[in-house]
Amino acid sequence: MEETPTRPLPDTRGAGKQYWASGQTGKLSLPKCQACGKAHWYPRLYCPHCSADKFEWITCSGKGVIHTFTVVRQSGHKYFKTKVPYVLAMVALEEGPLLMTNIIDCDIDTVAIDAPVTVVFDTLGDNVSVPLFKLVAGGK
Amino acid sequence: MQSSLSGEAAIVGVSAAEVGWDTSYSVAEIMALATRRALDDAGLTIRDVDGVFAVTPYFWMSSVTLAEQLGIQPRYTDSTNLGGCSFVSHLGHALGAIATGRCEVAVIAYGSTQRSDGGKLVTGADNLPYEIPYGFQHPISAYALAAQRHMHEFGTTREQLAKVTVTASQWAALNPSALKPEPVTIEDVCKSPLVSDPLRKLDCCLITNGGGAVVVTTKERARKLKKKPVYVLGAGESHSHRYGAAMQSYTTTAAVASGRDAYEMAGLGPKDIDVVQIYDAFTINVIIGLEDLGFCKKGEGGALVDRGIGPGSKAPVNTSGGGLRYCHPGMFGIYLIIEAVQQLRKEAAARQVPDARRALVHGIGGVLSGHATAILGV
Repeated sequence: MEETPTRPLPDTRGAGKQYWASGQTGKLSLPKCQACGKAHWYPRLYCPHCSADKFEWITCSGKGVIHTFTVVRQSGHKYFKTKVPYVLAMVALEEGPLLMTNIIDCDIDTVAIDAPVTVVFDTLGDNVSVPLFKLVAGGK
Repeated sequence: MQSSLSGEAAIVGVSAAEVGWDTSYSVAEIMALATRRALDDAGLTIRDVDGVFAVTPYFWMSSVTLAEQLGIQPRYTDSTNLGGCSFVSHLGHALGAIATGRCEVAVIAYGSTQRSDGGKLVTGADNLPYEIPYGFQHPISAYALAAQRHMHEFGTTREQLAKVTVTASQWAALNPSALKPEPVTIEDVCKSPLVSDPLRKLDCCLITNGGGAVVVTTKERARKLKKKPVYVLGAGESHSHRYGAAMQSYTTTAAVASGRDAYEMAGLGPKDIDVVQIYDAFTINVIIGLEDLGFCKKGEGGALVDRGIGPGSKAPVNTSGGGLRYCHPGMFGIYLIIEAVQQLRKEAAARQVPDARRALVHGIGGVLSGHATAILGV
């Protein structure tokens, strides 16, 4: 019997290890630079805003708005070809950073820039939870 | 003020090779073939070459592979990969190398059998781990995200995007080498299948085979050769991100920086440019590129396209038909330079822009990542 394809796992090594694990508690967590005070996504060793190297991890509200999006209509990938059409989006988090994600469980015709969204997690393993977003009902 | 580097080197030979749907040559041979033809165009031989610049996704060390094909041992070599704009970047690098005596006759070359290989780009899809779980499609997703945001922020319309392809088809109709010379209407583009909203099939470049090469030498040697020298007046390059998920702006690119440096070196501005070549992998590129390179204000690229960038217009853009309608073998940057040189030499026949003396060439690589600008003049 053929195995059902699953959402591909990211390589979680490096600065993002805590990021991928944080969703296990149902909370989105991001590094915030102690020098410039700005949070960033995706987690890096050096702050993309000021290049400093000390961070505190903050718990995000999980809320944001769609900054931009596309509806992917074609894919050759064994998992994503079973999901087309799906929404790939950049979400502007309340904490500032833009984050890549999918907008799930939605009527794709209602997805719009500036629409409010909230995080949910797809747990792929013991230390990997992938943040996904849903439209906030009656949001706009 | 013009920089002392400006005009120290000139393009003396150009050629495309194996632009088409099928080929009997290997990738390395296509690079070599284009190089030999560009040298013929200049009145030089392979044995004159002492600087080799090349990049293609097929080879780990592209300039090294090309030199082996040519049977030469160069004293300057450069395989810098910034994506499809690399060749415009190489032109700036060659200017520096030639001006400082590191080499005298440089070739910049490309080759690809992308069409024959079933449309697959050999590489270029090394996704960021943070894109992997989300089905980011390299490279179109990034351009679609940019187009969507541009339409939202500035009111750029679906029809304005389509007009970029329509205009490219008008230029392609005048180019006997164009692989898609047939006319395209706005309706054709707007009714072509959606690939990644808002981009449709006819917003996307072709998938073809092809190679190309240009030859660059000192301004002194250039004056003794067969063809009218086309001087490299300005060059600039930059990059703002590698991956689509890491873009901090989806509407403004590092073309602002590469363009500024190129204009500064040349001591020129957008008003001095007679003909423009902007890498049109997708229609949105031309709109954003015209804005970032100062041909109009931010947000007014769509309106500029509406006013006309086609044959007979005041702002002729992508006179070969571009990646949308001439050819697109994976990386298009080399053809931007070839077309600009042919325009400045008055060799462009039916698509010749009258009195073209200065050209701006702008390459875009990766996912609006790498940017390289060159200003050429006669």
